[in-house]
Amino acid sequence: MRKSFRKPDGDELLVLDGVDLSLREGEIVGLLGRSGSGKSTLLRLIAGLSVPVAGSIRYLGQPVTGPPPGIAMVFQSFALFPWLTVLQNVQLGLEALALPPGEIRRRALGAIDLIGLDGFESAYPRELSGGMRQRVGFARALVVHPNILLMDEPFSALDVLTAETLRTDFLDLWSEGQLPLKGVILVSHNIEEAVLMCDRILVLGSNPGRILNEIKIELPHPRARLDPHFRDLVESIYVEMTSQRSTGLAGKRSDRLPGSGLGTILPLVSSNLLAGLLEAIAGSPYNGNADLPVIAASLQMEIDELFPVAETLQMLRFVDVAGGDIRITTEGRQFSDAATDERKRLFAQHLLTHVALSAHIRRVLDERPSHRAPWSRFSDELEDHMSPDAAEQTLRAIVDLGRYAEVFAYDDQAHAFSLDNP
Amino acid sequence: MSLPSTSIPAVSRLRAATVGDLVAVLLVLGTLVMLAQASRGLMQPLPEPGLGAIDLHPSALPEYALRTSMRMLGAMVLSLVFTFTYATWAAKSRRAEQILIPLLDILQSVPILGFISVTVVFFMSLAPGRLLGAELAAVFAIFTSQAWNMAFSFYQSLRTVPNELAEASRSFRLSPWMRFWKLEAPFATPALIWNMMMSMSGGWFFVVASEAISVGNTIVTLPGIGSYIALAIAHRDLGAIGWAIVAMLIVILIYDQLLFRPLVAWAERFRFEQEAGVMPLRSWVLSTLRRSGLVSWVLSPVAIAWRRTYRRSTQSAKAPTPIGPDRRATDWLDRLWYVTIAAVSLIALWKISAFVLAGVTPGEVGTAMLLGLATMTRVFVLIALASVIWVPAGVWLGLRPGAARIAQPIVQFMAAFPANLLFPLAVSAIVALRLDPDIWLSPLMILGTQWYIVFNVIAGASTIPAELRDIGVNLNVRGWLWWRRIALPAVFPFYVTGAITASGGAWNASIVAEIVSWGDTTLKARGLGSYIAEATEAGDFHRVVLGIAVMSGFVVIINRAFWRPLYAFAERKFRLG
Repeated sequence: MRKSFRKPDGDELLVLDGVDLSLREGEIVGLLGRSGSGKSTLLRLIAGLSVPVAGSIRYLGQPVTGPPPGIAMVFQSFALFPWLTVLQNVQLGLEALALPPGEIRRRALGAIDLIGLDGFESAYPRELSGGMRQRVGFARALVVHPNILLMDEPFSALDVLTAETLRTDFLDLWSEGQLPLKGVILVSHNIEEAVLMCDRILVLGSNPGRILNEIKIELPHPRARLDPHFRDLVESIYVEMTSQRSTGLAGKRSDRLPGSGLGTILPLVSSNLLAGLLEAIAGSPYNGNADLPVIAASLQMEIDELFPVAETLQMLRFVDVAGGDIRITTEGRQFSDAATDERKRLFAQHLLTHVALSAHIRRVLDERPSHRAPWSRFSDELEDHMSPDAAEQTLRAIVDLGRYAEVFAYDDQAHAFSLDNP
Repeated sequence: MSLPSTSIPAVSRLRAATVGDLVAVLLVLGTLVMLAQASRGLMQPLPEPGLGAIDLHPSALPEYALRTSMRMLGAMVLSLVFTFTYATWAAKSRRAEQILIPLLDILQSVPILGFISVTVVFFMSLAPGRLLGAELAAVFAIFTSQAWNMAFSFYQSLRTVPNELAEASRSFRLSPWMRFWKLEAPFATPALIWNMMMSMSGGWFFVVASEAISVGNTIVTLPGIGSYIALAIAHRDLGAIGWAIVAMLIVILIYDQLLFRPLVAWAERFRFEQEAGVMPLRSWVLSTLRRSGLVSWVLSPVAIAWRRTYRRSTQSAKAPTPIGPDRRATDWLDRLWYVTIAAVSLIALWKISAFVLAGVTPGEVGTAMLLGLATMTRVFVLIALASVIWVPAGVWLGLRPGAARIAQPIVQFMAAFPANLLFPLAVSAIVALRLDPDIWLSPLMILGTQWYIVFNVIAGASTIPAELRDIGVNLNVRGWLWWRRIALPAVFPFYVTGAITASGGAWNASIVAEIVSWGDTTLKARGLGSYIAEATEAGDFHRVVLGIAVMSGFVVIINRAFWRPLYAFAERKFRLG
């Protein structure tokens, strides 16, 4: 199937392309990808919350045109109704099914019991911790006895320990057959979580979102994170996800690297993080060459946080990312050893050489007699290549990099780029 | 009165002037002209219920107060009905939204007092008993002072329902009826209640003004506090005015304790985000009701019946609602819709110009504009004066939680108190001291509305984070520098919100404040307000419509060209957090 959004000028912006996915009875399928890979869009298509442009979604042989009965969803942000108690939140889906009041109450209490919320029936969501709130989210979804449970990064808003407890509790109920479910689709950006929970993982690539690879996980439950087989799988998925950019593109090295064209969407990355990661890789114990899963774990960064930083560094030629490893370059080491002024000089030089957009902005500012140019001058140009949101994000990112490198200034009140240096 | 300490901006939607606005202006004025034309034929001297029917003895006041409050309550119920239908319609239908929202925007700027006269005659012609017609007209006048901002707030809430909750309710397949009562209405409740309180505060002013109205030869007097005051003024009875003020104070207090305090406390649970550190409001009435077994015994069958409506609504709406309309099918409907709007607007334009020009010369239009400039000068000077006095005072109060706790309810109470009750006192002072009415009548315009500046500034100052104040002390930032760098920027967005409300209120008040009488002494300040008031008195609907049109124009243009850009700037630059 395909999914696109209409751009203001009538062109279509492709978010998902050629995605083919089927869910079989008794399995947990993971959709693993980074932000922008359209994994949440895909989940909303399956949930009937939006419609595909081409292709179709079938559930029990029927095309999905709206939220079908038998598919329930657990949300990343819990999506509980703050003015309803735990019990009322859980009853909501049953009331929409127009069941008799006695049955509603009985089933809701049963689900609350199952999910470990006993005693909290009359509490309001704001009185609960994040973990307990997500339990309500699970109970609310399970109580309607869905065939398929859709989970949209259900653990990512929780702290590490709470998330792990909730995951194992869910897996226990699932493997004991206590859940009324036939299948589960889990959206995640956490590689370990996907390997821990899923029977099959679909790795999604971005721009447009598409399935890059399908990985079967045949480890028996309960799975141990420190098991060598588990580690191997995690490592191989890291390799998969870091080498994805080179798969579709051939040609010289510079063609494959991001940052070469104006059409590249830049992630918003703080310059503190860039310097921080470089220093971490350069220092011990990595000494210039780090294993991505290892450094991600030690810095407590999710891939959604780590990859944009690594990629920006790669775009600036301060590191090389390949095969699940991140290696510092000569210039990267120079940067990490240098003092502030030298760092800025080096950074500016690399920014102007390797990031086309920054060179472009600088050239426009140099050419204009006033040395000023409005935001819209560049956002219009970028929107030829990407969605307005992506253009906004890319410009914000380049403003941040440009300010750090002191290659141009930006005035947020006047919405204008300039060469002023106060 | 007790409002939440964080205020909801009065103008949070910043929209560029559009064709929709123009259409809205034409529709509003067109309707007014139609009303005026319809009522002109019906104008006849009525056998007066007469001023004699009002008794100036204080013992009559409780009954008058009760009648006045019932009028308020009736208008509030009407406003709620209007809010739930109009705003929901605007939020759910794209086509309706294009017209309804600019219309609401313009209606907010129309001086309500100006068209009481037009509607009084219209309603009296509708109702068989004359008193009933007058009652309807009064309730309608109060309604027009209350409904617009409530509908606006409800519409905005409906449009900003959190996406994840909207998705959750779709994914659990709630019927539209269930979705409205489980998600949309609860989400909109806190803002709506806040706006109801604002409306109520403003409403007292209008109920007092709308009970005793004279249009041409017709004098309409409804038993109520407003008429009591009118009679007291005619008789120069200061004692009676004192009693009326006391009665008004008591009525407002009772409304606060019995209605709004419980409502606000109850609405706490519907707050989507709980701000840390804000003490939830308590109400003894609500606590008593909640503990009472009788209340829950009465309410439980209602709740069961209500739940049955959910079941019925889901059973009748089994088919899942398709997502996204078919574009091409709606295209020709769109065209038809636009053509209709254009036609109606053209007819309205033609009607308005014909009506106004039939009664007044083009030169008169210029006069009205000049008078508008005079009133505008008054409003701006007064807002500036009030700001110079109240911003420092508000900041001082806001930074002292103890003082703010005492001051906030008092200030909110002052905002609710109908300032027109105090006008006679001012007039006697001006007459006694032989002052120039062109200057000294002006402060009356802002007497009732300056409080909006005060309580918004207090609220703003109390939200300055403790760290920010600590760092000021730490760096030894004092005196003017402290005001310039810390206090003024922090309260600026709040101040603008208050000033917008105050300025809108002042325009409205000019109609009763620029011409004031005490017994047979009448003082008049030259301005658009007195122009409208005099035209009303003379029953000259052409001039009334002209005056209202010019005043609406002034208010709309000032809002668009001055307040909204200022508000946007304040939001962008100074909003903390």
